[in-house]
Amino acid sequence: MTCQELVELVTDYLDGVMPAEERARFEAHLADCPYCTIYLEQIRQTIRLTGHLSEEALPGEITALLLDRFRDWTR
Amino acid sequence: MSGSLQPIQPADSASGSSAEQQLVAALRRGDETAFRTVVERHHRSLVRLARTYVSDPAVAEEIAQETWLALVRGIGQFQARSSLKTWLFHVLVYQARRRMKREGRTIPFCDLEGPTVAPGCFLPPDAEWAGHWADALPDWEGTPEERLLADETLHQVEDLIAHLPERQRQVIILRDVEGLSAPETCGILEIPDRTQRLLLHRARSRVRAGLDAYVRGEDGKPA
Repeated sequence: MTCQELVELVTDYLDGVMPAEERARFEAHLADCPYCTIYLEQIRQTIRLTGHLSEEALPGEITALLLDRFRDWTR
Repeated sequence: MSGSLQPIQPADSASGSSAEQQLVAALRRGDETAFRTVVERHHRSLVRLARTYVSDPAVAEEIAQETWLALVRGIGQFQARSSLKTWLFHVLVYQARRRMKREGRTIPFCDLEGPTVAPGCFLPPDAEWAGHWADALPDWEGTPEERLLADETLHQVEDLIAHLPERQRQVIILRDVEGLSAPETCGILEIPDRTQRLLLHRARSRVRAGLDAYVRGEDGKPA
């Protein structure tokens, strides 16, 4: 497996949907290749950073507007 | 308000957690704090996802609000066959699709084939180590975590996602921003598992490449 092939398989790998034999070749390559190890770690960091978007605060005026609506709807 | 309760594909996620049960019970009582909690948790992603169906940000905001109205009206009949989050996104997509049809808009086809990392990053076919990295990759671990988590970096991620093709955006919002499972995502978007994974793969690869350029300082900002 080349590095160029490995980078196209990272999502299958992380989702655990790889056949056992391909997984073994993927992991054997990783064990031997510091750059692909870094690439996989960058993908993991990308996923973590993307997940942080859900924690961003909602602007106060939008919350206030939706709460106003809520009071109307439940009146 | 019609269409507030769509038949929902069976979802696999644990929906019966006691925190969720309490939240649903509070919403049924019309508890404002509970409403505020779910709004603060999901409104942004509802709008993000709506934007992939309609081009006007104001319309996307409206669709998200219709989804909240559907929640208020429909929570009494909500059955914990799926999580509240999955249910919200099902409703949003239903409303957004209806709006998109009315506008006569369709979501462009998205290419699922071809390399996701620029071929120039790898040694050419005639090289001894063909297909291996041409240059060392910088280790982001060397980048202080505070910098990666800084508001500016998160804005960068938001911007990178906003520029992805719609179908890729839909999948990365549900899987990586909201943390939904692959089966839940497939159920909401009504796409096969393989398509979902190919779209996610392309989306993550592009966001990674954009972040890598950002970390290297190739976007004109200091690294």
